[in-house]
Amino acid sequence: MASREAKHTISVLVENEFGVLTRVAGLFSGRGFNIESLSVAPTLDDSLSRMTIVTSGDERILEQITKQLNKLIDTIKVIDFTDTEYVEREMALIKVQATEDTRAEVLRIVDIFRGNVVDVTARSYTMEITGAPGKIEAVIDLLKPIGIQEIVRSGPVVLGRGAKGLHG
Amino acid sequence: MKKTGSQILLESLLQEGVDTVFGYPGGTVINIYNDLPDYPIKHILTRHEQAAVHAADGYARASGKVGVAIATSGPGATNTVTGIATAYMDSTPMVVITGQVPTPLIGNDAFQEADIVGITRSITKHNYLVKDVKDLARIVKQAFYIARTGRPGPVLIDLPKDVQLASTKFVYPENVELRGYKPTYSGNVRQVDKAAKMILAARRPVLYVGGGATASDASEDLVAFSELIQAPVVTTLMGMAAFPTAHPLSLGMLGMHGTYYANMAVTNADLLVAVGARFDDRVTGRIAAFAPKAKIIHIDIDPTSIKKNVRVDLPIVGELRDVMGKIVAKLKEDSEKVKELSEISAPWRSQIDSWRAQYPMTYKSSDTVIKPQYVIEKIRELTRKDAIIATEVGQHQMWTAQFFNFSHPRTFLTSGGLGTMGFGLPAALGAQVGCPDRQVIDISGDGSFQMNSQELATLVQYQLPVKIAILNNNFLGMVRQWQQLFFDRRYSQTPLDLPIDFVKLAEAYGATGLQASSPDQVEGVIRKALETPGPVLMEFKVDREENVMPMVPAGAAIDEMVLAS
Repeated sequence: MASREAKHTISVLVENEFGVLTRVAGLFSGRGFNIESLSVAPTLDDSLSRMTIVTSGDERILEQITKQLNKLIDTIKVIDFTDTEYVEREMALIKVQATEDTRAEVLRIVDIFRGNVVDVTARSYTMEITGAPGKIEAVIDLLKPIGIQEIVRSGPVVLGRGAKGLHG
Repeated sequence: MKKTGSQILLESLLQEGVDTVFGYPGGTVINIYNDLPDYPIKHILTRHEQAAVHAADGYARASGKVGVAIATSGPGATNTVTGIATAYMDSTPMVVITGQVPTPLIGNDAFQEADIVGITRSITKHNYLVKDVKDLARIVKQAFYIARTGRPGPVLIDLPKDVQLASTKFVYPENVELRGYKPTYSGNVRQVDKAAKMILAARRPVLYVGGGATASDASEDLVAFSELIQAPVVTTLMGMAAFPTAHPLSLGMLGMHGTYYANMAVTNADLLVAVGARFDDRVTGRIAAFAPKAKIIHIDIDPTSIKKNVRVDLPIVGELRDVMGKIVAKLKEDSEKVKELSEISAPWRSQIDSWRAQYPMTYKSSDTVIKPQYVIEKIRELTRKDAIIATEVGQHQMWTAQFFNFSHPRTFLTSGGLGTMGFGLPAALGAQVGCPDRQVIDISGDGSFQMNSQELATLVQYQLPVKIAILNNNFLGMVRQWQQLFFDRRYSQTPLDLPIDFVKLAEAYGATGLQASSPDQVEGVIRKALETPGPVLMEFKVDREENVMPMVPAGAAIDEMVLAS
């Protein structure tokens, strides 16, 4: 009966109200579900917020996650993007040490990955990189040997491909 | 004309048809209590907030209405937590109103402040912190709607003191608009057709009935359904009174302390139709060995209950009466086949009858020491048929489920999901308030009774004629039983050896106290209690080491029963 654990990206449209985020996060923690990342912000309709949650689990756990999310009174819609076409973007801000020897290399990497340098000091560069999580992983791998001081990642946000929106 | 928040709350309760609330006053609800005498709402003052919530719960379970409880902020609010969690696990429709410190003080660790919305988030169906008096009427309307629709449950409204004092125009909304909450009532027709096909293909069908059947008042439909397909019926603890135990198709309770024949029927069934039940671990035993030969149809209004614990071959989300009604209608289209089904499954029913004859539900009687099961049988014999029985949690609860033989829905009030000791007395109290003309009995153990015994005061104050039967074995009996069977009789902290004079305790509160210490006194004590007006406590000094049997050890399959200790 055990099935394979897989990573899932889920969008949840919720009422933009006080306490909804803790309700969703509490649902995951209270039932022992895993949250890998969670990003949330209001939508075009400012009475609604859209959450993007990356989680993992087997088929049974995923079914429970989507059902339990749907059961919350504040939840309007839940979409699991697994097996569908979607675009996915995450942003990372990365602060690297920049010495005489490495400055040019850092800039080259930023350029190759179409990132932007957003802050410069005599000893550091801070850059923004946007893309699928895999691309951000790749940048981090390349920058690690040079010396990363600090990283912050937003967690992915996704939209389904095609003309149709969440409301159909 | 403008009204204050506390007046709006009380007006809104009236609009919802509330005539009774259970509660306990305090600083942050003092304004509500100040306005309360101006409204035709009866208030029952319990002696503990936990009891107020259990009483509202018992009121709701017995009457089918929404129970309402009020508590103050901080300790008052946190005292409601066990009651709310109990109601949540057993899907009782309830609205709990708590006071909160004034909004400017929230988050400042003010006197008697607790984040009750945060604390109860995972044990309520939904909860609200009211920040603006203009939202109050809408929130109350929504709270009652959420509590009583779909899978029922408790809803909490946290009401800061300044919001109670603020005023606005009172307009009670006519409709509820909740775009994220739309319970599915109507069963999918294609799924219903599939169910009918699966039923007609079955040879050894069993209906497995849970508390949802009571919550949706589906007893009659259930009887019609089972009779049409001639399927034996097993119930959970919560589903107990939804199907008459005396019915020839009834096999009683299944699971850990279920009947031998119920568990054998489920283990050997080729089709299990689960009706408003959620496959609790006390029912399934070892999941891998639960109903191993059966296809499973699961009918429930709550999609999260389906496929949570066991595989399901056919899920049908919907209201039980709707779904069963549709299945019955579909089956009736082909009456020949239905008749055939009844004939083909006749050997199955004979097999079950032989299991029943082999290991009937019974116990060893005694002339010298009171057997707890005997007390329960006698209570059943001497009470009215529609008497409401509440229990606490433990051995006495299981003996009541096994030997009371319930025949009417909403007559068995017990904490099934959470297993809350101290539930029975306040629940009986609430049931008696909700059903003043009915006979209400609390069957209790000496351990559980002491968890909310202060409610004797409430019974006496309102002269509620609840009869309490304490099966006193001077033990925390169920834990002792486990210690005996699985921990080599190491009775760590389960003897309650301080001899409490329960008769005097009852008398101290102004109630009547009676005691039986030998089997020949049992009947007389029960008769006297039933004849005596007002609340009566009966103490039965029962066999100290009697066990609840049969028993499925934790982690075993339900057909791996220990039949006698």
